[in-house]
Parts: sequence; C-alpha cells; structure tokens
Amino acid sequence: MTARPRLKTSAMIASIAAEGQATTSAPFGHALVEAAKRDERIVGMTADLGKYTDLHIFGQQFPERYYQMGMAEQLLMSAGAGMAREGFVPFLTTYSVFASRRAYDFICMAIAEERLNVKIVSALPGLTTGYGPSHQATEDIAIFRGMPNLTIIDPCDALDIEQAVDAMVEFDGPVYMRLLRGKVPRVLDRFPDYQFKIGKAQRLMAGEDALIIASGLMTMRAVEAADELAEQGIKVSVLHCPTIKPLDTQTIVDEVRQHTGKPVFVAENHTVVGGLGEAVGALLMREGVCAEFHQIGLPDEFLDAGALPTLHDRYGISTREVVSKVAGIVARKS
Amino acid sequence: MMGTPAQSVVSDDIENLRHHAYRIRRNALLMGEVQGQGYVGQALGIADVLAVAYCRQLNMRADDPEWEGRDRFLLSIGHYAIALYAALIEAGVISADEIDNYGSDDSMLPMSGMAAYTPGMEITGGSLGHGLGIGVGMALGLKRKNSGSRIYNLLSDGELNEGSTWEAVASAAHWKLDNLIAIVDVNDQQADDRSSTVLNYEPVADKWQAFGWETWRVDGNDLTALVEAFDQAVNSTSDKPRVLICDTLMGRGVPFLESRDKTHFIRVDENEWSLALQQLDEVYGISAEEQS
Repeated sequence: MTARPRLKTSAMIASIAAEGQATTSAPFGHALVEAAKRDERIVGMTADLGKYTDLHIFGQQFPERYYQMGMAEQLLMSAGAGMAREGFVPFLTTYSVFASRRAYDFICMAIAEERLNVKIVSALPGLTTGYGPSHQATEDIAIFRGMPNLTIIDPCDALDIEQAVDAMVEFDGPVYMRLLRGKVPRVLDRFPDYQFKIGKAQRLMAGEDALIIASGLMTMRAVEAADELAEQGIKVSVLHCPTIKPLDTQTIVDEVRQHTGKPVFVAENHTVVGGLGEAVGALLMREGVCAEFHQIGLPDEFLDAGALPTLHDRYGISTREVVSKVAGIVARKS
Repeated sequence: MMGTPAQSVVSDDIENLRHHAYRIRRNALLMGEVQGQGYVGQALGIADVLAVAYCRQLNMRADDPEWEGRDRFLLSIGHYAIALYAALIEAGVISADEIDNYGSDDSMLPMSGMAAYTPGMEITGGSLGHGLGIGVGMALGLKRKNSGSRIYNLLSDGELNEGSTWEAVASAAHWKLDNLIAIVDVNDQQADDRSSTVLNYEPVADKWQAFGWETWRVDGNDLTALVEAFDQAVNSTSDKPRVLICDTLMGRGVPFLESRDKTHFIRVDENEWSLALQQLDEVYGISAEEQS
C-alpha cells in the first residue's frame, strides 16, 4: 500500500487557482495603478499587509501616494476617514478578519455613518487560507451586512476585480470588497456579455433543472460545477451576485420565479449564518416567493487549519462537493 | 523638552478672552438648563481652552464653517458637544437662538456631537478613540494638498484608555505631522471614577514625549498660560506633532459645582440652574444688567 502524499498547509501563499487554470497576477494592484493614472484623488493605505493584498504594486508605481500605517487597523480606518474628509479616495487594505473583527467600530462611526468615500479592500475572505480561525474571515459579510451605508462586494475572479476597482472609483461612498490576491483565476472572460456593476446580479449560464445563486469564488465553483453537471444531463442556471449589499432583489426574484418548482442553491465562501444565503432566503420570504432552498457554504463553526483543497472538500465548497450536492438533490426530485 | 509658558501676554487680550470664556460657560449652562442635564462640568472646565482656540487661535470663517483654508478642530469626545456648541455660538458659527433647541428633536445640537448635524462639528466623536486617528489622516491629506491649515484635536484623559489613541500618537510622530496639535483635557474624571483610579495614565506628558511629540503641560484654566502654550505650539519649527496637556477643574467658574462630590455627569437640580448662573456672574464680577 502506498501512502498518499500529505498536502501541506496552503497558508500565506495560498492560491485558489487550480492547476493549469488561467490566472492573472495581482489584478487588484494593477487595476488600481491604471485607475490612479486617471484619478489623482486615489491614495493607497495599508496596515502592514501591502505585499499580501497586492497594494505594493500600487506603492511601487506611486510611492508618494502610498501610506504604510503599520499594524494598526483601527488607525488605518480612522486615517482613511481623514483622507476622505480632505477629498481623497483612499483604498485601505488589510486582511478581512482584521477589517471586520478588529476595526468594526472605526469603519462604522468614522466612515459609514458619514458616508465617506473610503474603499476597504481585504484579503483572505472566507476559507482562502489554511492558517485557521485567526486568518479565516468566515463571518465578515455577516458582520458587515448590519452596517448601514456600506456597500459589500464579493468578486469572483481577476476580471471581476479589475472591473470592480473601476466601479468603486466611480461610486461615491464607502465600499467593502473581499479580495482574491496573488495569482487569481480568470473565468468570467468566457461570458463576453458580463460586466461588473455595483448592485447588479447577472445570469452567466441558463438551465432549467436548478438555479445556483453565487458570489465570490463560489461563482467560479458554480460555473465549473454547471459544466460537469451538464455532462451528466443536468442543466443548471448560474446567477452571479457579486454585490451582497445592496442586493439586486429584482433580478434574484425574477430568476427564482423562472425556476419555480426547481431547487434553488445559494453558494458562498462564507458561513451559512448571515451571508448571501440568508439574505436571499429573507428576500424570498418577504416577496412571498416559495422555493426549495439550499445553502452551500461554510458551517457555523471555527474551521480547521490545513491544506486548502482538503478544507474546501471537507467543508463542501469544492467543485466536486457542489456537483455532488446539486446532482443528489436534483436526482431526488426527479 | 517640555515648554514652560512665559507670562508676557498683553493683558487686553486676556481680558477679552476672559469675557469669551465667561459667555461660553454661560451658553453651556443655558443649554444644560434646557434639558435639565448635560456634561456641564466638562464644559465649564474646558471653557478657557475653547475661548483661546475659537476666539484667538483658529484660522476660520464664522459664516463659512467649511471654508477650505480653515484650521480643523476635531472633537473626539462627543459628550463634550455642549462645550463645543457653546464655543461655536460665541464664535458666531451657530446662532444663539439655537440654545433653546439643545438636545431637542430635530435640533442641530444633539446631546452627542455628530458631524452631519452641526455646522463647525468636523467629526462624529461619540465613540471615544476616533478623533486623533482621523486627525492623522486629515493632517496627511492637508500635507498632500500643500495646505497650511492645521488640525486641532481635543481629547480627554479618559480617552487615553483607548488603544486606538496610541496607534494614532505613534503614527503622527512617524509621519512628522507638525500640522497636528492635540489638546488633552486632564480633569481626572471619567464615567466610573477618577481617571487616575480607573486606569492611571500619569505621567501623561512623559508618555506623549516618549512617543515623539513636542509637549506642553499647562493649567487649562489659566488663560495667560494657555495663550503662551498655543503660541509656542503653533510657532514651533520642529517637525514633531504637538500636544497641549491641559489640567482643568470640572465645574470651573461655578463654585458649588467645583466643590460638588465629583462625578462624570454632574447632577444639577432644577432650582440650581439659576444659582449656577448667578454664581458664574459673581465669579466674573458681572452683574445681571451687564450681561443682558
């Protein structure tokens, strides 16, 4: 019997790209550089994580517009508020855990209550590191959904990030964006009609057997799963919903109505508590839309440390697990 | 080195400031009376500092509180709003007619200071430990714009308990924010007890100095000393941020409140408001006819 090779913890260098997948390096950093060439108001500020949020790309290009604020997330948010008060458009970067758990009051009172033009861009959202609960922001969306005035974006891939940066610059107000950093997969290029817009959900694939509503990297998984399910004869619609707040209620309700009697899945790289899934569930209840509703997301627990592929399988957010769950439920109904 | 203010200010200036300080105290008492409560102890204690700031030091336009060239005055301590309103009224930014609306529904003068409500209120400071960090960002922003404006930030000794304040203290020194002047009101009072009992931060000046700030410690109820300290802080040629640590007396100017067993939130009974105003006039040697 041969021992299987032990996977090593993919942690600080964790990549969500599959082997052979097309990727773009540091799409956020490069997109911000391009935006900053056009808009002099943009400044970059980080809390000792410039290299780990791809903001260093901006810092290399614009050293005079790059502010290293040190390992002090409360200060990062306050100073960003001050910069915005003086007319600048600060992009603040840290990890999602620190932005949400540590700096909440500073975002809430100094930025959101004043509706200041601050963009918070944070890496390692959900389960994108094997470092364990100290670095896994499995509940950041749940934390931030309660904050008035804050727009929440969970982009899917490099293309989404590039377009979202431009949209954030155009948009006047506070935004929280979950960041995929490093070598980020490109998957949305195959949908030529797709264009990221704040507050818009868009259908990527059409199929009558089931609907998957997804955000963030789970849209990537949903698309991959839909391809595999098609080979099994199961046709699945995929609705990409990269803006968690404000939610595109009209599009979601319309899509669900078009799948009446079919299972509806909401897939997210986040705990099933308080994220996109519960937002959609509550929306459907408010609108009186009856659907067979399933959540694909992380369990309500502190997650294990380990290798990302292992953990994505363990917690049900790998493509294989999505295929298995959707196929099982569709088969049960037919 | 800690500066020691010299006693060389023209006495006319001081006499003017004394009248401004009197009217700030009076405005605060009148607002307190409207609601029957308020942080009047803090307002009376900090009135001299605000008189120097708003009636002498700040480069501002009363009829254009958002004028780009203004010095920015950030009130970290939202519960001191009554004191700042009193000063904004004295400086002519807010009409004295607003006194009667203090803390009422739809008033521009809510109990806790909020930027969206009040002309001249730069930030929302009800949650402590925000002001100096915002000040750091604004000071950096002013430098980016090559502006000569300054940031003043009034914080309290209790606010030094908040760790975020020290993140900002360290950052301001790192960035050499010579356009940032912090003012710490040391009245040794906070919600539960004396500040020195709750969480002692003395020696306060040593701590700021160790963090790289140019530091002055003055009697915050001595107008001459305050004027000298403000002048020295503004005129210093060092590249350090500056802090004025001001020791004040809660209730200053109204003897029965000064001597009251101190609490963070001084109780003033309904029949005592007129007594407070009367004592204030006696302390300042101003008769009822003069002030009306």
